[in-house]
Amino acid sequence: MNLPVIIKFVIDLLAVLLLALGIKGLSKVKSARDANRLAAFAMSLSVIGLLSYYLGTSGIAIQSWIWIIIGSIIGSLFGAILAKKVPMTSMPETVALFNGCGGMSSLLVALGVAIFPISNSVENLNFFKSLINEVSISVSIFVGAITFTGSIVAMAKLQGWLSTPGWTQSKVRHFVNIVFAVASLIAFFDLINGNTSSIWLLVIVSSLLGIGVTLPIGGADMPVVISLLNSYSGIAAAAAGFVVDSQLLIVAGAMVGAAGLILTQVMCKGMNRSLISVLFGGSLSAQSTASSGSGEYTNITSCSVEECALTLEAANKVIIVPGYGLAVAQAQHTLREVTKKLEQNGIEVVYAIHPVAGRMPGHMNVLLAEADVPYEQLKEMDVVNPDFPATDVVLVLGANDVVNPQAKNDSSSPLYGMPVLDVQEARTVFVIKRGMSAGYSGIKNDLFDLPNTSMVFGDAKKVLNDLIGELKDLGVGEK
Amino acid sequence: MSFISLLWVLLLGSLLGLELIGKVPPTLHTPLMSGANAISGITMLAALTLIVKAEGNVPLLIIGSVSLGFALFNVVGGFFVTDRMLAMFSRKPSNKK
Repeated sequence: MNLPVIIKFVIDLLAVLLLALGIKGLSKVKSARDANRLAAFAMSLSVIGLLSYYLGTSGIAIQSWIWIIIGSIIGSLFGAILAKKVPMTSMPETVALFNGCGGMSSLLVALGVAIFPISNSVENLNFFKSLINEVSISVSIFVGAITFTGSIVAMAKLQGWLSTPGWTQSKVRHFVNIVFAVASLIAFFDLINGNTSSIWLLVIVSSLLGIGVTLPIGGADMPVVISLLNSYSGIAAAAAGFVVDSQLLIVAGAMVGAAGLILTQVMCKGMNRSLISVLFGGSLSAQSTASSGSGEYTNITSCSVEECALTLEAANKVIIVPGYGLAVAQAQHTLREVTKKLEQNGIEVVYAIHPVAGRMPGHMNVLLAEADVPYEQLKEMDVVNPDFPATDVVLVLGANDVVNPQAKNDSSSPLYGMPVLDVQEARTVFVIKRGMSAGYSGIKNDLFDLPNTSMVFGDAKKVLNDLIGELKDLGVGEK
Repeated sequence: MSFISLLWVLLLGSLLGLELIGKVPPTLHTPLMSGANAISGITMLAALTLIVKAEGNVPLLIIGSVSLGFALFNVVGGFFVTDRMLAMFSRKPSNKK
């Protein structure tokens, strides 16, 4: 071993260690931010390691430097700008977009190596080695393409740029996707057999497969899909690692792949859906319109903001249930003002966080943390559920499916079995909602019909602002 | 590196990932996902390798450069966005009365 090899080996080892520590640190609130920076540092270290290795061995041509600099500057610049500008509410889409680009990168590397074989891999090329090379190129292209198009579709759907086309809800979609899958398989083996021209078939068909698989999935399931695609991009990176013979790439890719899978599983559990039903079941709403669209609402009580304020004033314990609607209305700061007033009046305020509230696990936590809500006031579902019977008022803000009692009582409901917040156990429930439209699952919410539930119609931010005014008039929080 | 030892690397890396991520509070799932996503941009190393080994092959240089751009978009954006989210957690809880 000569010196550059040893240096690179040590740096790679250090980078893997720091990346692992980074991921580990990201799992604790206290260390998360430092851990993220540690991981970023490890990534730059790995780049330095690679560049110094080539400088010490083959050298890097001026021409290469130019293209390296162009690529890095443009990519980093756009990444940094987007990351700074994007509003907190569109985090899921942003992660999907970044993720898709990671997949695209792996795809391009494999494509480049396939079309223009790198010089040193041609020498001492035995049959076994070239087979591995072809397989890893094919895997990298296949997974990379699915990651890219799948993530872009996911992003477009979350942004509302794409709706779910009708045909994707019929059985036709399975047929279409099977055709794509079989075609990619054929291209895959053709490519491994040494037929380089089928590479384009593989690119096209696996891209279409990524679209075909993601398009039918309903918005509520999107976080699961993004998490799964995140796992794919790790696998694509690991495959690219085999293509260019880099252990570091393989380790890091494998770690991300495994992480994504675990996270996907956690999300599925939270929604009581299996991964299979998320991927192949289509959108929940399409299934349920037939089975449980049965209900018209019969017993809706609507009430004014003033009544709501009066009830809140008399309460001892209030639980807030935030949902995606809160994020859309950007009402987290206004909510915080309301709860501050209540707290000043000696009322105990707690936030109940359902594991899949919002569009991603942790979405609500991020949102409320932005509004300076103390971390200790955020309670997870299992912790808070026994508290509801002793609670005077529950405020449901832009949440719907996660407070639907159907999930407990109605075995015919598509939601049946999903763990929900037992808000109906509380003395009074106020649901702040824009109108009577259904939640993301498209299912009627039995909670709204219960006698202890009152609806306060209006945009969350406006209602909360009015609520602040009413509470002021009542003298709440002004001692 | 022989193929077999690369497979070992793959296996151990996966196990490491499973073990590291096993116990995370739901609060941190979005930042973790975003952070892990940034790390998957490590494929930038593959893009760099491609460019360095291109030896004046212009189309390959361009493919490598575009690939590097995509990867860095993922890495830089991913880490920044994660930091933005986590900055909200690390803020001191506001004073209680």
